[in-house]
Amino acid sequence: MPYIAKIKVTLRQSILDVQGKAVDHALKNLGYRTVESARIGKYIEVTIHETELAEAERIGNEISRKLLSNPVMENYSLELVHIQ
Amino acid sequence: MSDMSVGVVVFPGSNCDHDTEHAVASFPGIKSVMLWHNDHDLQDAKAIILPGGFSYGDYLRAGSIARFSPIMKEVIEFARKGFPVLGICNGFQVLLESGLLEGALSRNRDKKFLCSQTHIRAVNGSTIFTSLYPEDEVLSIPIAHGQGNYFAPPEVIESLEEHQQIVFKYTDAGGKITDEANPNGSLNNIAGIVNRQGNVLGLMPHPERASEKLLGSLDGRGLFESLFLHIAEV
Repeated sequence: MPYIAKIKVTLRQSILDVQGKAVDHALKNLGYRTVESARIGKYIEVTIHETELAEAERIGNEISRKLLSNPVMENYSLELVHIQ
Repeated sequence: MSDMSVGVVVFPGSNCDHDTEHAVASFPGIKSVMLWHNDHDLQDAKAIILPGGFSYGDYLRAGSIARFSPIMKEVIEFARKGFPVLGICNGFQVLLESGLLEGALSRNRDKKFLCSQTHIRAVNGSTIFTSLYPEDEVLSIPIAHGQGNYFAPPEVIESLEEHQQIVFKYTDAGGKITDEANPNGSLNNIAGIVNRQGNVLGLMPHPERASEKLLGSLDGRGLFESLFLHIAEV
């Protein structure tokens, strides 16, 4: 049974997130005074046909580093969900 | 002597490929060959240019998918052997994604897509791409990008500076490197860098759009001319 790799890619804190900043301003303009900040990232789902969790995890990490994120300016997180 | 070939890579979504071809072909003794991204053959080109545009629609990140195009395997090998590779705008983004150059380009500081004439200076005039530019000459060359904000960790910037790898910087009309003259928020006003070996250059401004009198500036020609002089000598 396959796994779904749920990958979230976000800009590193040291990189100015101009989209997040625009959304943050818009939320404040709407009157949400307790909104402190907003960050925008990407969410990617990849279906991987592997039976072993460890192998699906290895592939998930490899593709995240190689293509889905750019380690110079982004971080990623990986979650694997087993499909029954 | 037959004309020397210069290859212009065409990715799906490249849109400055023909402008670049046009500029390249205007130099005597040079012919341009278009190299499709799915090809493997560099067709005996003496230099390769990755043009501007939106390769693969800039999906995921600018340049990230183009970097894995079949032809890039050959381009990376060509660069590693020391042959000249020039990346303009999206081509610069592809070079960074492929690891041939260090750093990354994120969204412009002011969120806007910028399309305007800018001033730059070749702060290193001793590369094969800038040998004809005096370091104090202010060049008027257009930019057109949404993600041209150059970033690299402090240790990389330090090393780039130490090895004279910063080649172009944004300046004001008088040639001063100021924050006001920085269009996109790039660290230290960086507009273009070269690799340690000196054979791979990436820059955000478009020299091919400043290579004909009709376009309002001829200042981009010096870059192509420097490069073609170099390949003629090799």
